[in-house]
Amino acid sequence: MNNEQLTAKILSFEPSAEVKDGLQYLTATVAFDKLHTLAKSLRESKDTNFDYLFCLTGMDYGDSLGVIYYLESTNLKHQLVLKIVCADKEKPVLDTVCDIWKTAEFLEREVFDLLGIDFNNHPDMRRIFLEEDWVGYPLRKDYSDNNIIVK
Amino acid sequence: MAEIIQDIQEQEYLINMGPQHPSTHGVLRLVLSLRGETVLSVQPHCGYIHRGIEKMCERLTYQQIIHLTDRLDYLSAHINNHAVCMLVENALGVELPERVKYIRTIMDELARIASHQLWWCSFGMDLGALTAFFYGLRDREPILDIFEESTGGRLIQSYYTPGGLMKDIHPGFQKRVKDFIKMFRKKINEYDQLLSGNVIMTQRTQGIGILTEEEAISFGVTGPSGRGSGFECDIRKHHPYSLYNKVEFKEILRTEGDSFARYSVRMDEMRESLNIIEQLIDNIPAGDFSVKMKPVIKLPEGEYYQRVEAARGEFGVFISSKGEKYPYRVKLRSPNFSNLSALHSIAHGQKIADLVAIGASLDYVIPDIDR
Repeated sequence: MNNEQLTAKILSFEPSAEVKDGLQYLTATVAFDKLHTLAKSLRESKDTNFDYLFCLTGMDYGDSLGVIYYLESTNLKHQLVLKIVCADKEKPVLDTVCDIWKTAEFLEREVFDLLGIDFNNHPDMRRIFLEEDWVGYPLRKDYSDNNIIVK
Repeated sequence: MAEIIQDIQEQEYLINMGPQHPSTHGVLRLVLSLRGETVLSVQPHCGYIHRGIEKMCERLTYQQIIHLTDRLDYLSAHINNHAVCMLVENALGVELPERVKYIRTIMDELARIASHQLWWCSFGMDLGALTAFFYGLRDREPILDIFEESTGGRLIQSYYTPGGLMKDIHPGFQKRVKDFIKMFRKKINEYDQLLSGNVIMTQRTQGIGILTEEEAISFGVTGPSGRGSGFECDIRKHHPYSLYNKVEFKEILRTEGDSFARYSVRMDEMRESLNIIEQLIDNIPAGDFSVKMKPVIKLPEGEYYQRVEAARGEFGVFISSKGEKYPYRVKLRSPNFSNLSALHSIAHGQKIADLVAIGASLDYVIPDIDR
């Protein structure tokens, strides 16, 4: 599928999505509560078939937190970037996608560990790298640690 | 006594494998839940050597990041650096001299062979074949010598830099590489004779540790491990970079998905890498080994992503820039982390001794998991 067809398809799944072409990959931004339904449609539709989540990264935008999903279809060979911004910086919560792509289970745990974004319905939401009693989330921009980080 | 034995066979119990277990090839701890000898679940505990490289990168310039990506998967140091350099070059629209592309492609493939050789060593050793360990290390030495001669480093080289290479190749580079290819073509057949057909080896790997193609895609298991399950994921083939669209090579695929399939993919991949190097080594064009870049590189505002095929799978770099000399956020998509997430799915229901063989066939490098 080319980018125009993909854009039309995404808008048919989720009319409120904001789709941007002309970047490295086609980029769709949706509201945080639409994430799971859109992801499921993108995975299950025969025309899009995004079966491979090749990167999942958490972002601290300063005033908000978010997650970026890099998707690819292994048979149709097209890519898509899905961007989600959490509603609340104090209590950031998103729906998990690890029922759709199993690799997300570890990747979401990493985002939870380092950026503090909580994922609903995740089977095992624990820190993955740091100790259970670690205070704070190191990848956040306002994280400070006088012992470890040299300014 | 009989009662105790029956008790052990029926009870479920937990055991820690690692963090100091030789077969985990580094500081990785696996919490196993067992019944008798059968593995019920595997829970990896990571983070023993987490260094916070992504956080560190936020206060380093683009040239300095190279020295940290070396230290992720240290066996594909060249390839990791290639990803960062290409990201910066593509973002700035820098056109590289052909010479740089040739040298980078050859170095990448040499690194891939060296990495697979070390994997073959440790694979043999994990199954008790100590000769494999000595043979593999012996034949890896010439590659490390080639690296040392041209780059100054044996394990981690920091040889690539945004805009080209740190220094030109040594005058003896081509001859040494050709000598190595000639030598290794013979040796790799010896590897097959020694280990590939060995009865103990085949019985412990064939039909064991099966990962289906669907699961490989869902777990994002890439590289030789994914291709052993039939997942066509070679970035060199599907998203060619550098000179990979100019050279001829096959994407090695197996469909069995067991430990032996992952083994044979790597063996054939070494041969393909030799083919790639052979096509390039005589044609390295003369010219500059780098483009003049500004001393302070500032990427235009935006988000960039670059994928490459490292020795263990797809390696990706994500950089978000605000137009300053430091990146705003760096994310490193490491192949081993995704491969590790599939371990429970592969190993449950298998015997604990086979878990060692499965781990060996997945070829972990722990610093790449822990970043």
